[in-house]
Amino acid sequence: MTLRDIINKLLRRQPASASTARERLQLVLAHDRSDLSTELLDQMRKEILEVVAKYVEIDMDEGAVSLETEDRMTALVANLPIKRTLNGQIKFIEPSNQLDENSQEEEITEPNS
Amino acid sequence: MTTDTRVILICSGKGGVGKTTLTANLGISLARQGLSTAVLDADFGLRNLDLLLGLENRIVYTAQEVLEEECRLDQALVKHKQEANLSLLPAGNPRMLDWLKPDDMKRIVEMLKEQFNYVLIDCPAGVEDGFKNAMAACKEAIVVTNPEVSAVRDADRVIGLLNTNEIKPVQLVLNRVRPKMMANQEMLSIADVTDILALPLLGLVLEDEQVIVSTNRGEPLTLNSVNSPAAKCYLNIAKRLQGEDIPLIDPSKESTGFGAKFRRLMQTKIF
Repeated sequence: MTLRDIINKLLRRQPASASTARERLQLVLAHDRSDLSTELLDQMRKEILEVVAKYVEIDMDEGAVSLETEDRMTALVANLPIKRTLNGQIKFIEPSNQLDENSQEEEITEPNS
Repeated sequence: MTTDTRVILICSGKGGVGKTTLTANLGISLARQGLSTAVLDADFGLRNLDLLLGLENRIVYTAQEVLEEECRLDQALVKHKQEANLSLLPAGNPRMLDWLKPDDMKRIVEMLKEQFNYVLIDCPAGVEDGFKNAMAACKEAIVVTNPEVSAVRDADRVIGLLNTNEIKPVQLVLNRVRPKMMANQEMLSIADVTDILALPLLGLVLEDEQVIVSTNRGEPLTLNSVNSPAAKCYLNIAKRLQGEDIPLIDPSKESTGFGAKFRRLMQTKIF
């Protein structure tokens, strides 16, 4: 952020257009380079969240998956906030019994094979 | 015969960013340095290089007649009036719309390599067949772009295609730079463009009304108006191509006085 940006912010003026141009370009190029549509990205986001949610409790509404580009390298960045228990521990979900969604730690039953 | 001919594609993706002007001026500048240079107009559908060089009335044959053995290469090459080291070869004329294939391009460039130090290929706009033909015979490329979102986006497409075809080095020329607008942060900065495209910067060209005057006359700036801002930029680019270490112009230092000092202050990064 430059001095001009700060003054513009204080005066509630529009930011100088170069920064808008830069941001718009970075976004459009990340998508151009990956050939990935927004629908596909959204679909992928949902599936990634579902997979991660099997193991840790995450905030389903907060999770974001985006494409970021730097130096012609495009990275898929997933930001998935993990819910914590009251004493600060990460809430892990036991991977065994997928059907019994309401079951808590004590009630885990061995799957019958 | 020269053995280490440099075959350089000059491309941009978007039209109207200054490919042909750069080709003409680089051609003149390199020829001025005593290097035998051929400029090949690969945009035969909408050719314009002849017009910028003032050679439009002297074209008799094109690369097509050479390949079909209707004439010799030296009959099709149009020598520049003032700069004998520079020759123009049009790939074709607008009537023959799709005769050119990548192999034709390779054959004609092989012939040019026999007698020139430099072959500059002026690429048509777009990323379709015309671009692919023009790319077929080159080893390295210069991507021209403007500090505008549409030009940078299209340049990025072209760079992707050049990378997949293993053309290197690929260098960037940033054309039509307006120092005042950049200082006011109303135009993408040089760092913005080079960061986004991740290419080494071969040079920048300042916006210059003289470019239009020179096109009107059919005399590239580097021929007769060597002191105009853009001409100096083109000459520097030609020298850097030859491996000379010429520092880049700093657009923020192009203007002086209180206004410029103030604009520089406003660009100070706070965080």
